[in-house]
Amino acid sequence: MRSERLPLRVRMRRSGAKAWLYLLPALLILGVFQIYPVFKSFLMGFYTQFDYLTDTVYQWGFDNFYNLLHDADFALAIRNTCVLVVFAAPLSLLVSLVFAVLLNSNIRLRRVFQSIYFLPFVTSMVAVSIAWSWMLSKDFGLINSILKIFGISKVAWLTNPDMTIPILVVLAVWKGLGYRVIILLAGLQGIDRRYYAAARVDGARGLSRFVHVTVPMLKPTLVFLSITTVIDVFKTFDEVYVMYANDPGPLKSGLTIVFYIFTKFYRHWEFASAAAASFVLFLMIFAVTLLQFLFTGRHRREERL
Amino acid sequence: MSAALRRGFAKFATYVILVAGALFILLPFVWMVLTSLKPSAEVLLMPPKWLPSRIQWENYVQAFESAPFVRYFCNSVIVTVLITAGELVTTVLAAFAFSQIQFRGRQVLFLLLVATMMVPGEILVIPNFVTLAKLGWVDTYKALALPWCASVFSIFLLRQQFSSIPQDFHKAARVDGCRDLRYLLTVLVPMSRPTVVSIALLKVINSWNSYLWPLIATNTNDMRTLPVGLAFFSTEDGVKYNILMAFSLMIILPTLVVYLLTQKYIIRGVSNTGLKG
Repeated sequence: MRSERLPLRVRMRRSGAKAWLYLLPALLILGVFQIYPVFKSFLMGFYTQFDYLTDTVYQWGFDNFYNLLHDADFALAIRNTCVLVVFAAPLSLLVSLVFAVLLNSNIRLRRVFQSIYFLPFVTSMVAVSIAWSWMLSKDFGLINSILKIFGISKVAWLTNPDMTIPILVVLAVWKGLGYRVIILLAGLQGIDRRYYAAARVDGARGLSRFVHVTVPMLKPTLVFLSITTVIDVFKTFDEVYVMYANDPGPLKSGLTIVFYIFTKFYRHWEFASAAAASFVLFLMIFAVTLLQFLFTGRHRREERL
Repeated sequence: MSAALRRGFAKFATYVILVAGALFILLPFVWMVLTSLKPSAEVLLMPPKWLPSRIQWENYVQAFESAPFVRYFCNSVIVTVLITAGELVTTVLAAFAFSQIQFRGRQVLFLLLVATMMVPGEILVIPNFVTLAKLGWVDTYKALALPWCASVFSIFLLRQQFSSIPQDFHKAARVDGCRDLRYLLTVLVPMSRPTVVSIALLKVINSWNSYLWPLIATNTNDMRTLPVGLAFFSTEDGVKYNILMAFSLMIILPTLVVYLLTQKYIIRGVSNTGLKG
């Protein structure tokens, strides 16, 4: 009460000090472990001679970025990751959209279906990857034995390099279905019923109602989800590392960017080149996020018109 | 085809697709459970037998004893509790400052923090390892927990929630001589319970399942968490699939129970993440 009578400037200064006190724990941790590392990892990309234990740098240069550009493995990692993104992201989105729309119609047991789809989200990817690699085993796996019923001969899922990307695509769809369905359902339920009524008056039904009402109204959700899906797929690592027993798959067919960074860092102890590579990953993700802002920005402007 | 018949067919097709999806999601889990209960002789049969001839619970005992399971389990519990508690404290305090206190630079600071949300966790790994190595903390609980004890996203969510509570409450409380901290803990937090609970639950699940960081931040068997321990166990020679599946299921079980009991909050929390877009 007393402070209310003080001049505004003094009050602001006091509450300022108080605010910083409340913010201190969060800012300390965020600063040290989430903000500083962004700059640090950029700087580390330029270290050429250093001692990480004492964090002393003897020499700086562009060598790491130069080596990265000439490393066939890095090129392969970028290629694999991009191929994976190109297939996995649209497919995941499409499948989730179909399921969300179906669940959004008048369905019995909707909660049950939703709970089941969401299961992979709460389970350890390590445990689940081990289960998948066991099911995909060539000689004793469940998948091949199911295929045999349909007269399809054994597929060497885990040792044929051509199979790696398809497996990772299926895993991405499997893993994220529930998460995306929930977000899409929230979006679908936010659509005003009157739009559908209006569409019915205009004679739009089924697919045309979906294309002309549902999709445009769902656009913000779809944009958000496509970005998060792309980013998630960009960061694929756990499942590859576990399914292929710490290898990047046959003929490095599962070498993703994060796997590359991990190998440089954890196996070869090459901190600086790993930091350089992770900065490239950051730039790629940053570019994708920027696209989101551009998209949503344009969307908002359209709305205002 | 009559309209009714067509509608009936559409309904039928819808259920077929939904059930097929459910089977696709459940298949690995079902196969894990079945494999984990089989006697070793029945694991490598071709074509595989779906059901075990007798249920062998001993596989779970063996998985429990084979690796330092108890040690991994305790580590996972400790780290998960530390991270969740730490995050709740930092989040509640920061969300209070951002929503209830007027101070210079509030908007700028908040925007700055929100901007860091797009930094992928993977790029933090190397500098954080260097920081912790310099402090001599590698292979300790501090290293496993501390970097994840604050999250901009949670602060963002809780700030939105706190802001939706009328400022008048705060003023009234102050008139009654209620201090800020007490107001925060006895009024704001209880009024925001669903949001606080879903933030905590999502964190529990994330920390329990996290893999890359614990793999990097530990180098002795004593400090490994369950997922890291399982991954090492799975690449050991002579590991049997029934034991491995039993091990995997024991990792999944705690989060599964938490999920089934608190679904409402978790789903709510996830729906909230969509609002960001």
